[in-house]
Amino acid sequence: MNSVSPVVLPIEACDYRTQCEPVRARFEKLKGREVALRVEKLTKTFAKPDGGVTVALKDIDLVTHRREFLCVVGPSGCGKSTFVRILAGLETSTSGVVSVEGVPVTGPGADRGMVFQGYTLFPWLSVLRNVAFGLEENGTPRREAEREARQWLALIGLEAFADSYPHQLSGGMKQRVAIARALATRPRILLMDEPFSALDTQSRARMQAYLIEIWKKIDITIVFITHDLDEAVHLADRILVLSAHPGEVAELIEVPVPRPRSHNQALTPEFHATRARLDALIHPPKDEAEDAVAPDVVTRMTSAGDEVE
Amino acid sequence: MRQGAAPLPAAPLPPAGEGACGAGGRGGDLSGDGAPLSRPASRATLPREGGRDAPALRPTSRRRSWVGVARPLSPRRRTTLAVLSFLIPLLAWAAFSYVPFLWHPLVEVTEPGDIAWMEPGMRVPKAAFAEEVASARAAGTAEPAGRPANPVYLPAPHEVATAFWTSLTAQPTQRDAIRLPLSLWHSIQIIAFGFLLSSLIGVPLGILCGAQPTLARLTEPVIEFVRYMPAPAFGALMVAILGIYDGPKIAIIVIGTFFQQVLVIANTTRRIEPLLIEAALTLGARNLRLIRRVIVPAMLPQLYRDQRILLGWAWTYLIVAELIGTSSGITFFITQQARYQHFDNVYAAILIIGLVGSITDLALAWLGRRLFPYDRSEA
Repeated sequence: MNSVSPVVLPIEACDYRTQCEPVRARFEKLKGREVALRVEKLTKTFAKPDGGVTVALKDIDLVTHRREFLCVVGPSGCGKSTFVRILAGLETSTSGVVSVEGVPVTGPGADRGMVFQGYTLFPWLSVLRNVAFGLEENGTPRREAEREARQWLALIGLEAFADSYPHQLSGGMKQRVAIARALATRPRILLMDEPFSALDTQSRARMQAYLIEIWKKIDITIVFITHDLDEAVHLADRILVLSAHPGEVAELIEVPVPRPRSHNQALTPEFHATRARLDALIHPPKDEAEDAVAPDVVTRMTSAGDEVE
Repeated sequence: MRQGAAPLPAAPLPPAGEGACGAGGRGGDLSGDGAPLSRPASRATLPREGGRDAPALRPTSRRRSWVGVARPLSPRRRTTLAVLSFLIPLLAWAAFSYVPFLWHPLVEVTEPGDIAWMEPGMRVPKAAFAEEVASARAAGTAEPAGRPANPVYLPAPHEVATAFWTSLTAQPTQRDAIRLPLSLWHSIQIIAFGFLLSSLIGVPLGILCGAQPTLARLTEPVIEFVRYMPAPAFGALMVAILGIYDGPKIAIIVIGTFFQQVLVIANTTRRIEPLLIEAALTLGARNLRLIRRVIVPAMLPQLYRDQRILLGWAWTYLIVAELIGTSSGITFFITQQARYQHFDNVYAAILIIGLVGSITDLALAWLGRRLFPYDRSEA
């Protein structure tokens, strides 16, 4: 907040594991905090119709500390959605333990808020009543719940839309309300399953800024699933990289990009190095050779001289 | 791109110069020789027949398709077409009734002459009438007179319209005849009772089945089985149990509606966006509160539509139900009038059932749009 200019280190080719002093100090402080989420030997298998078994997640171990921003990335089919759904209690694990502040997770609960990829605001409730929903479900009387919900709406800057209905809001606004709704029950952890993937580029950048602002002001640990690697580097303290078939921890990367973050940092060496490492983990070089389009695979069907490129 | 775009101006409204230029300039658009296709480059490995076939297909693709993704019509067109949809059958009916040479297989006797068995108003087959006329002429007696007529079961529109009005307003002519409004009101009560009773159990059970797979598996197979038993088949049984008056009639409506209702509503419940339920679970909603605060509101617009359709089905069971035990309601009115050969009244009564049904449905649809403004699917 106080040092506005981004810290650019005087090294040109940098290793993603090299951390400048403020970043190192930040991680030290972070790891000194109490554990918010502990995942031990988490395994999830699905029975296939032919009698076989698909291993979606295998032996995932993870510890996150209070107020950490953790991103989870991985190739498609690596089970990142399954992972976050198990954390939310919406799916059961085959083996392993998930605990939030020492309490094992047995089902969905108000200690873990969740924001989904699709729009999940209740269309029959006004924005205010949507945000108040969780409070009411947990025993807060309606008046009080609505008063508290109004404060949450003020926090996300949508108090003017309290009486609107979800279908009157833009996609970004809907997701902001969904975040407020998930936070209103004061969860310890906010789980986000690709929450901005349906938004256009501009709204997404704005939503990332909103999310960072909210995260700074509220005592919350965030587990954020994304397939956008730039988004992961931009947001995360640490990035959990999963590999596919079976979904295993490929690496837990500590992002060396200093905070506060801005989109200009995409040009810094730390950002590049981290991004390059993610690319290497998620798109191994052999895939690219397979994906490349050879120049002669498509038969020419136009006149000579009628070139477009 | 140019090859595809060039023929277009020539198709519907050719601006003389451009059309000629378009066709001649690019060559090969419709000429079918395929020459401009890759001659110099000659890297194409497609067979030459393929090159010939491709331009020959184009005229087909330029034809307008009448079938496609349905787009909404303009409000004016919608109204016009809706009026036409009623007007066309009505005009056909009027044509058959008023144009003498269209059908009219009978002769309505206006003046019997000396034919002993004829009476004014009697309808006689054309051939028999002609025979009597010929024999009367030969015998020198007075010839009968008549005009072309349709069978008695096809009254003209104006007769039905008159009957419609008089049966609604006038006192009955026969002593034992009951008035149409009263019988209609009785029918509506039967429907309302039957449907209410069915919904009272069917809707909650359907929702529970949709929300809880175990309960669904425990009930739905047997409901599926009973559903195939035609409701009227239970008529005699219901009379034995519930007597001969309104009891068995209501029971038939309940039997006819209930089993469908449970299955339809269970399916509607299962089609709720699962993310909404999961979101509610992560917010702490559980069991009955989850049903009351999320599942029911989420399905309510569709539940409402289902109930509208089911109410329509209930009407179809009404006629059979009213024949069970002592005939009653609108069915009694119809059968009684048919016995007297007052077919204009029969048509009037059938029309009234249609009117009551569709007015109810329109009113419910209108109410639905008020109740669920957030529901974007077609009401």
